[in-house]
Amino acid sequence: MLGKTAGSLYWMARYLERSENNARLIDAGFRIALTRSSTARSEWRSVLVTAGQDFAFRQAHGEDYTSQRVVDFLLRDPANPSSILSVVKRARDNARTARTYLTREVWEAVNTSWMTLGALLKRQVREDDLPDVLAAIRQQSAQVGGTFSGTMLRNDGYNFARLGTFLERADNTARILDVKYYLLLPSVAHIGSSIDNVQWETILRSVSAHRAYHWLYGAEISALKIAEFLILYRQMPRSLAFCCDQMNDNLGLLRRTYDEETEAVRMGASMCRDRLSRPIASIFDGGLHEFITDFLRANAALAQQIERDYRFVE
Amino acid sequence: MTGQGGDVRSPYHDYSDWFGREDAARIQRKAQQAEAFFRTTGITFNVYGEDEADERLIPFDVVPRIISASEWRRLSRGIEQRVRALNAFLHDIYHRQEILRAGRVPAELISRNEAFLPMMMGMDPPGGVYTHISGIDIVRTGADEFYVLEDNARTPSGVSYMLENRETMLQMFPELFARISVREVGDYPLNLLKSLSACAPPACNGTPTVAVLTPGIHNSAYFEHSFLADQMGAELVEGHDLRVVEGRVAMRTTQGYTAIDVLYRRVDDDFLDPLNFRADSMLGVPGIWDVYRAGGITIANAPGTGIADDKALYSYMPDIIEFYTGEKALLPNVPTWRCSEPEHLREVLDRLPELVVKEVHGSGGYGMLVGPAASKKEIAAFRAKLEANPRNYIAQPTLSLSTVPIFTKAGLAPRHVDLRPFVLMSPQGIRITPGGLTRVAMRKGSLVVNSSQGGGTKDTWVLED
Repeated sequence: MLGKTAGSLYWMARYLERSENNARLIDAGFRIALTRSSTARSEWRSVLVTAGQDFAFRQAHGEDYTSQRVVDFLLRDPANPSSILSVVKRARDNARTARTYLTREVWEAVNTSWMTLGALLKRQVREDDLPDVLAAIRQQSAQVGGTFSGTMLRNDGYNFARLGTFLERADNTARILDVKYYLLLPSVAHIGSSIDNVQWETILRSVSAHRAYHWLYGAEISALKIAEFLILYRQMPRSLAFCCDQMNDNLGLLRRTYDEETEAVRMGASMCRDRLSRPIASIFDGGLHEFITDFLRANAALAQQIERDYRFVE
Repeated sequence: MTGQGGDVRSPYHDYSDWFGREDAARIQRKAQQAEAFFRTTGITFNVYGEDEADERLIPFDVVPRIISASEWRRLSRGIEQRVRALNAFLHDIYHRQEILRAGRVPAELISRNEAFLPMMMGMDPPGGVYTHISGIDIVRTGADEFYVLEDNARTPSGVSYMLENRETMLQMFPELFARISVREVGDYPLNLLKSLSACAPPACNGTPTVAVLTPGIHNSAYFEHSFLADQMGAELVEGHDLRVVEGRVAMRTTQGYTAIDVLYRRVDDDFLDPLNFRADSMLGVPGIWDVYRAGGITIANAPGTGIADDKALYSYMPDIIEFYTGEKALLPNVPTWRCSEPEHLREVLDRLPELVVKEVHGSGGYGMLVGPAASKKEIAAFRAKLEANPRNYIAQPTLSLSTVPIFTKAGLAPRHVDLRPFVLMSPQGIRITPGGLTRVAMRKGSLVVNSSQGGGTKDTWVLED
């Protein structure tokens, strides 16, 4: 297949994953802003930082971290090149470029998603409509995901799209940890105030995993366990370990299809082995912040290597 | 649908029976579904010069245009004759130029024509084929009167609409197809693939690799480019995917460069090769021309075919057909005044309000004057343009074009149509898909069917015998 097409499938998947992740971040931020108006502004700010959009926000709106402003910025503000609206548009442009490699069902799901969100986000969303709009975004994303896994041939194109999905997801989970890591540090954690409990719930909500967490660990929320759950727990579909496994599976399939051991294949394997095969206590010993920073760097380097090895661009 | 006397014309009998028993509200609902279907499928086109509605739908009408088996036989004979003549003409123009020596076509019409490509002189395209794909625009003016309105020998578009229109009709009215035997059009993409593969260049060994070259997702016909590539199972490439590697044009795949044998290009000649044509073109492939000359790739259609569908040349088509086939043209031309000739120009200027005037190199319905539909002011403005550069224009009478019914809220209403059958040519022969694209002027009384000017389309049925 064309390198460009592989790149388009990969970016289509990355953008779709990004829009879903951002919807989830808005959801979690919105909840904390409603229940805890005193910390709402700093919470919105940390949502923007997690989404990597704080700089653009301040350029456009200064320090105006109100719910209205931030939500609109994340959803549809024309001043924001990474708003959900423009990210979905870019996903759709990439899908158009890779149109010949998508089944009709997947293309129609992506196109419908773009049309639906375009209509929903035409005007500023009222606060009481926000839950519905966020639900619609998640639903559209599920639709695309469902048709993708239900109708696509399991060939190289599929692998590139999956790589995009899991690179983006790993990046997102790591960023959430990066912004909130101070809440998970033992020195803070043993204070154990109720404020931290709410904050921790927010972390879990932003990866849609607070219920799964409680099934696994019971009622007690602890920093160590949250970190373990998000970083090392292989059955949790948004954990770093899960994402790494998926990336390696897909890289392994590409190696078999192309009969070629690329640098990306090697990097993917080592990313998993070196970073994620140790107990959570040892990660904390080495410094959680340092761990996350290093992971984000390795993840970005892998993404670049994939683009090079599979010739997405010349 | 009806003849002069108001009776239903015979090809429409069965359809008319069916329609008479249908509930208009149901058909109305179906028509709305069709629109939603086109939207989700993304069957859209981009309009140049309009920022707002970036992608638009071509209006689709649910009433098919129906052609009888015998009408089609006549038409297809005429079309085949014409396409053979066009190819013979192109070969001659780029070789010995017998037709110019014989004085049947004025030499300066070729030498001073921008569509003439001197670099093609003496060049033999693989398989001897110039127009791998052509579209012949036909209008009807009476029960047995067909005219060829223009020939499209560069990169005719619209075939994806022909296919999707049929697909839509099959989904909306399956019972109609059980009742009426309509000839198949869905095999066009496979025939295109076969036809292109049969024109593989000398450098090809094994199964030819075919690719479709598109200017990209912002091109007005991008949907069609991706549609055809998809249906043929061919790669859809852009200029930046390609480069010349070891004497072949190759595409950048995830595993390195792979040679292309046949390139179905949907970019104009000018943009093909920045080294040999327009230096500022980002759409083409530097050096592709040299590969072409060396027999390393087939370009479809061949560069330089534009000379054959030039509107100034159009008026010579009856002579061209006679010269190469020894037969009279089976399908007549519309009478045409060449504004480059003083007597013709004088007559055109006198009768401007009743004529259609077109730019010689124009397409898509841009830059033309439809006299009867134009205001005094528009005519005066056009007159000035015409007097300033008469060579740039031809004029034709406004034909009393046939109408076919379209479905409106108020019931069936007549609208003017034309027909573009698509013709494939390879060393193995000529193949014409039964029917083609029927374009319809959606506004009452309008004669302009171009989609860029608000025209629509409908499914075209050629009946089985």
